[in-house]
Amino acid sequence: MMEAENMIPVNEFCIYHNIELSFIYSMNESGLIDITNIEENIFVPASQLKQLEQLMRLNQELDINVEGIETIVYLLQRIKDMQLHIVHLNNRLSFYESV
Amino acid sequence: MVFIDYYKVLEIEKTATEADIKKAYRKLARKLHPDLNPNDKEANKKFQAINEANEVLSDPEKRKKYDLHGKDWQHAEQYEQQAQQRRSRPGGQEFTGADEGDFSSFFESMFGGSDRRRQTQYRGQDYNAELTLSLIDAMETHQQTLTVNGKNIRITIPAGVENGQVIKLKGYGSPGANGGPAGDLYITFIISHHPDFKRRGNDLFTNATINLYTALLGGETTIETLKGKVKLKVNPETQYGTKIRLKGKGFPVYKKDGESGDLYVTYQIQLPANLSEQQKILFTELSNL
Repeated sequence: MMEAENMIPVNEFCIYHNIELSFIYSMNESGLIDITNIEENIFVPASQLKQLEQLMRLNQELDINVEGIETIVYLLQRIKDMQLHIVHLNNRLSFYESV
Repeated sequence: MVFIDYYKVLEIEKTATEADIKKAYRKLARKLHPDLNPNDKEANKKFQAINEANEVLSDPEKRKKYDLHGKDWQHAEQYEQQAQQRRSRPGGQEFTGADEGDFSSFFESMFGGSDRRRQTQYRGQDYNAELTLSLIDAMETHQQTLTVNGKNIRITIPAGVENGQVIKLKGYGSPGANGGPAGDLYITFIISHHPDFKRRGNDLFTNATINLYTALLGGETTIETLKGKVKLKVNPETQYGTKIRLKGKGFPVYKKDGESGDLYVTYQIQLPANLSEQQKILFTELSNL
């Protein structure tokens, strides 16, 4: 189990950002974040805070529902993978162009 | 200072209603939001511009001031002093984005700094930086000092980094707000070309020139690798373009100590020039055999 100091209390996060706890549960059910129960409190790993804040912004600022967020996250990952692929292809192209 | 036409930024008419403004903003925000455009500086810049435009136009008082003094912003402060009015927001929507920057100087001069993200900002912004290394530098694990936003950061660069590779330095971004964690620093490596060695993944490629006689009769040649000189045995009747592989003499594998790719050497054969009369006779005889 992860150490409690590396975890963000979900309650505090929800109060701070004024969001419903149900949103966190939805994100967990979608597999987009992991939540952990420690002594009856719910926590999110600190390493996932950035991801959670991004999900929250998509929901709160752009009014995107859970299904939309899942789709966006999937597509953003595809973009990221393709960008990485482009970097590799550029490196290969540069190799052949410089021969 | 450049005047910014906030109506143009939001692509609306000057007669737009609050609902029109909200709609236009939402439409553009969904297109330009930094979370949907990671590492797209242009989109982030435009997003800041529409945020700023919305900040002004969605607030009736700010909009009034902007409409009155927009093109003549120098008098805005005077107007402000005379008016001494309260500044209140009407509950317009607040967008933060993931990588928000400051407002334009035009905005600051008219309205002062923004107070809208104090409640929502938590984690600090991420920083992005580029670092150019030579192929030789990228071969060795070494330390470098970078200056990011006025702070010196000493980082260890592992051997084997690739061109375009991005590494994340956790916590080296902007400090978080209200005790939140700092953002991260993303460094993109640019590996410059080497005149003699080409890299593909962990393998290196180079050319070696041998003379005609060594190519025909065999012998030895010494070549430069990035790890020092290596003596090679050349087989008799080596053809132009023959490629040989030197195992483990290539580029170090990223974060795998002691592992390296291979070095491929392509032989190029240099023909003798300025032949003497005797050489010409002998080559002629050879060609008639």
